[in-house]
Amino acid sequence: MSNIIEVKNLTKYYNGFLAVDHIKFEVKKGEIFGFLGPNGAGKTTTIRILTAFLKPDEGTALVSGYNVSKNPLEVKQYLGVVPEVPNAYVDLTAWENLMLMGELYGMPKKERKENAVKLLKDFGLYEVREKLAKGFSKGMKQKLLLCMALINNPEILFLDEPTSGLDIESARLMREKVQQLNRDGKTIFLSTHNMEEVNQLCHRIAIINHGKIAAIDTPERLRAQSMELQYIEVLFDKPVNLAKLTERLKIANVSPAGNKFRIYTTNPHIIIENLVDFARENNLKILDLNTMMPSLEDIFIKLIKQKI
Amino acid sequence: MKRKIDFIFIQLKRSLAITKKNIKIYYLKGPVIIFGLIFPLFLFFAFTIGKSIPLKELLPGLIGMTTFFTATAVGPSIMSWETRSKTLERLVSCPVFLWTVLLGDIFSSFLFGIIISVIPLFFVLLLKISFLNFIILFLGMILANFCFSILSILLSAYPPSDLPATSLMISSLVKFPLVFISGVFVPVEKMSFFARAIASFSPLTYFTDLVRRLILGVSYYPLPLDFAMMVIFALIFLVLAIKLHEKTFPKRIS
Repeated sequence: MSNIIEVKNLTKYYNGFLAVDHIKFEVKKGEIFGFLGPNGAGKTTTIRILTAFLKPDEGTALVSGYNVSKNPLEVKQYLGVVPEVPNAYVDLTAWENLMLMGELYGMPKKERKENAVKLLKDFGLYEVREKLAKGFSKGMKQKLLLCMALINNPEILFLDEPTSGLDIESARLMREKVQQLNRDGKTIFLSTHNMEEVNQLCHRIAIINHGKIAAIDTPERLRAQSMELQYIEVLFDKPVNLAKLTERLKIANVSPAGNKFRIYTTNPHIIIENLVDFARENNLKILDLNTMMPSLEDIFIKLIKQKI
Repeated sequence: MKRKIDFIFIQLKRSLAITKKNIKIYYLKGPVIIFGLIFPLFLFFAFTIGKSIPLKELLPGLIGMTTFFTATAVGPSIMSWETRSKTLERLVSCPVFLWTVLLGDIFSSFLFGIIISVIPLFFVLLLKISFLNFIILFLGMILANFCFSILSILLSAYPPSDLPATSLMISSLVKFPLVFISGVFVPVEKMSFFARAIASFSPLTYFTDLVRRLILGVSYYPLPLDFAMMVIFALIFLVLAIKLHEKTFPKRIS
């Protein structure tokens, strides 16, 4: 797969503050690329540079082969953006919002009308197309934003927290739409705090912290690189003294998790044997025992705690 | 060269889409109605009621004031409204430049000005002025509307506020003194030397002077100078507006 986004040495200062610090990464055509980081890590600034909204102070970013600094209009022509904060015109109808976007992308009238009808039908907004966006629910506004971002049939879609604040059903629908769009050939650049969303959707993820890329890989490989974060969850039939269990397992990292115990280890097989011995010695029954791979959330927390 | 012309034409077309949007959204906003319609009307009444001044002598001031207030009514607050609702971010994420957006705002301000300021022109038809003078007056009005619309966009550049009230307050701080020093109420030729010097820095002075020449047959400056000065002011305002907005844009989106 060829790269549709190439970022090299990208740097941005805000009033002397280094917001993005010489980052480098690529996004392959047709993938869903997750972009994670804590608040203030440089996510939004990076997205604003990639969408030709801000100029970098150093480095280059190529989007669809165009340099974001030198060819901002060409870059914008090939992408759609769904920002974190809903920014459809609330005093315009859904239809008027889409027509405005179509005109700003220079689409012929017939094409923008056809695309608008199709999108509004796909997203279930066709019946309310003549209603002002100010009367829309959060979910409807988010769908409208996605329609607006798709009106020009872009190659790349930048989604900034697309399911933030949505109810469960709307969030699920949004994720399904993202997957569908990806199946249709669109590259998705997804910025989110939702680890479950990343887990479900992304082919690869990058974690940015303090303006630097802390990790970039597939979710599976990132998990494999953080095996010290894997743990065993065990549930006994009777209450167990934590100190006694810790002493028997000869391992420090044991913590209660509800009525279970969570034991972090890089050698799960030895711990399982010891747990079985411990249960026999204390006349206990093991009701539940699971080996858990590190979650993306664990990896995320680990990486953002590391000093770069 | 052809590519450049095509490019500018495409951006102008997109400016018009922004104009259309502005007309739908901003023309009926409260501050626009107050500053663009009600305010000039009441100001005019304040200076005319109880005074026996013939219509012919009233019209230059009325036309000058109406044109100035209506053309500058929409512009100052669009940027702050768009900043507040984050729609500016939406516009600039499309393949348009910031100057494309500003031109769209200028056109919408201009159209509002033209629609309202032609009303006093109907009174001019009651006077016996030549057809040629009427056409020149109309052309002058178009130019003045453009010039004042650009000024209104310039006035919204700094500070990069997301509060329309702040932008309106700042623009009022500039607009009101301009009305009083621009020959709307006291003709330039009757001003002191010092006041005339100050008046020469206001584009409204040249428009009022032009209207007085065409309706009353008296003016301080020659007609071509009135036109030339409005063109010069428009160009200076345009360059300043684009440069200042580009400079303050990052603050609007942060």
